[in-house]
Amino acid sequence: MIAAEISTRATVFGAPQRRRNALGDIPLTKGRLSSDTRLRAEAYGEHMPTKQVFKSSEQRKRPRHLTIASLTALVLSAGLPIAAQDVPLISGGVGFVTSTSGGNTTYIPVISPVLAAPLGKHILVESRATILDAYFPKGGGQSGYTSSSFLGLSYLQMDYIANPHLTVVAGEFLTPFGTYNERLSPIWISNFESAPLIFTLGTMSTGSSVGGMLRGSAFSNDNVSLDYAAYFSAASTNEQFNAQRSSGGRADLYFPKAGVEVGGSYGRLLQNTHQNFSGIHLWWEPADSLVKFRSEYAHGPHSQGYWMESEFHLANSSSVNTLRRAVQPVVRWQQTFRTSPDPADGLPSTDTKRVDFGLDFLLPHEVRINSSYSRQLSSAQNSNIWQTGIVYRFLFPTWRGK
Amino acid sequence: MTLNLSNRTLRVSFVLALAAASLPALSMRKDQPRDAVAAAQADPAQRASSPERGAIKFKQNCSRCHEAPQGFSSRISATVVRHMRVRASLSAQDERDILRFLNP
Repeated sequence: MIAAEISTRATVFGAPQRRRNALGDIPLTKGRLSSDTRLRAEAYGEHMPTKQVFKSSEQRKRPRHLTIASLTALVLSAGLPIAAQDVPLISGGVGFVTSTSGGNTTYIPVISPVLAAPLGKHILVESRATILDAYFPKGGGQSGYTSSSFLGLSYLQMDYIANPHLTVVAGEFLTPFGTYNERLSPIWISNFESAPLIFTLGTMSTGSSVGGMLRGSAFSNDNVSLDYAAYFSAASTNEQFNAQRSSGGRADLYFPKAGVEVGGSYGRLLQNTHQNFSGIHLWWEPADSLVKFRSEYAHGPHSQGYWMESEFHLANSSSVNTLRRAVQPVVRWQQTFRTSPDPADGLPSTDTKRVDFGLDFLLPHEVRINSSYSRQLSSAQNSNIWQTGIVYRFLFPTWRGK
Repeated sequence: MTLNLSNRTLRVSFVLALAAASLPALSMRKDQPRDAVAAAQADPAQRASSPERGAIKFKQNCSRCHEAPQGFSSRISATVVRHMRVRASLSAQDERDILRFLNP
């Protein structure tokens, strides 16, 4: 019950939604049940064989030599590029989100750090994590609040920029299906605190894949560019690298002068019952327009749906009226259709309509405030959802670069 | 569990560690000429990059989702732009233009 509750709460701040797997784990944290974390850590501690390693003095010397040799090699050889290498960064967002539905309010302090560490000119190591505490009513007639903590990796990948048109990605990465997962899920970017209802379609429920990906810009000029991403993921039940065996990809055609992007996505789940997912997206974001439009449609074997989002700017970026520049009304309309039961695909069990009205404030010093009211209509239940969030975007270089 | 390594294994490990740690350095050396004026002269596209062109590229690509990071050095901006090159599938030319825009 708690896991399901937190799973629902976890979607409000836009982090990838994680589905409960057969073991009953929490989706968001890729399997880490918060109440089990301490117990598991203790269990691991009891069974870790550290006390049995390096028994004899001879055996102690060998690893010490190996360690010293390796560290010496690292320092000597890595010292050369450090002086001229681009600076590794720690960035991300820290925020506080509230969500009220049915008279119950959930409070979520959250931090989502991002690491970007270049190695030479062709390699980039990058990672994003989500750490949060969710405070929500106990329910069941009990008064007061209870809380649960989460720690989850969204991605941890190494990118090798092979040539101007190809980047090879290895590790855990965000599944390239549609646009929301890769572009809009960071808490410092999304206009709403909640992810679209169709988010789990095509992203294989976990939102992340473990394996390899090829991506890049196939060609690009001033009038049009074609981007692509193709991946294969292995099945993984590891707590921090939970993924399903799947493959797929996405291709986008972008016309920069018109601000129009159209693209298509395909994913095939290769685990147990094979399933196909497909989707298309259309974005219209002219550079100097006061209106931006984003939309996405996804189709799965048991359900389908779409979302359309418009954001309105009361003044363009060159306006001197800072208040009008800071205020940004947004509206999102979404609908899902259930064709056959599937409790695992993450969509509502009945046909659902939902409209979100938001008023966002883009404040100085990288501070953003989101507020929204949502009305969700379905044959199962109609509900009102109020959400607010304040997020500070931070960026720290690991050393002072010149 | 015990760790039992022979001297040969240690030597091989040391060589492998040295080689792995040297990769970034070798990669840098190989690419250093490409960063210099010689590369700009050899690559017309790179020579054409400019802050004005980068501003347009930034407005057409990056500002669709976020504003420009301000007040960072070129070494920091380079990491930001490379990060976004991968995440947003920017072209190599776009990366150079935007970097010039952020650090003219």
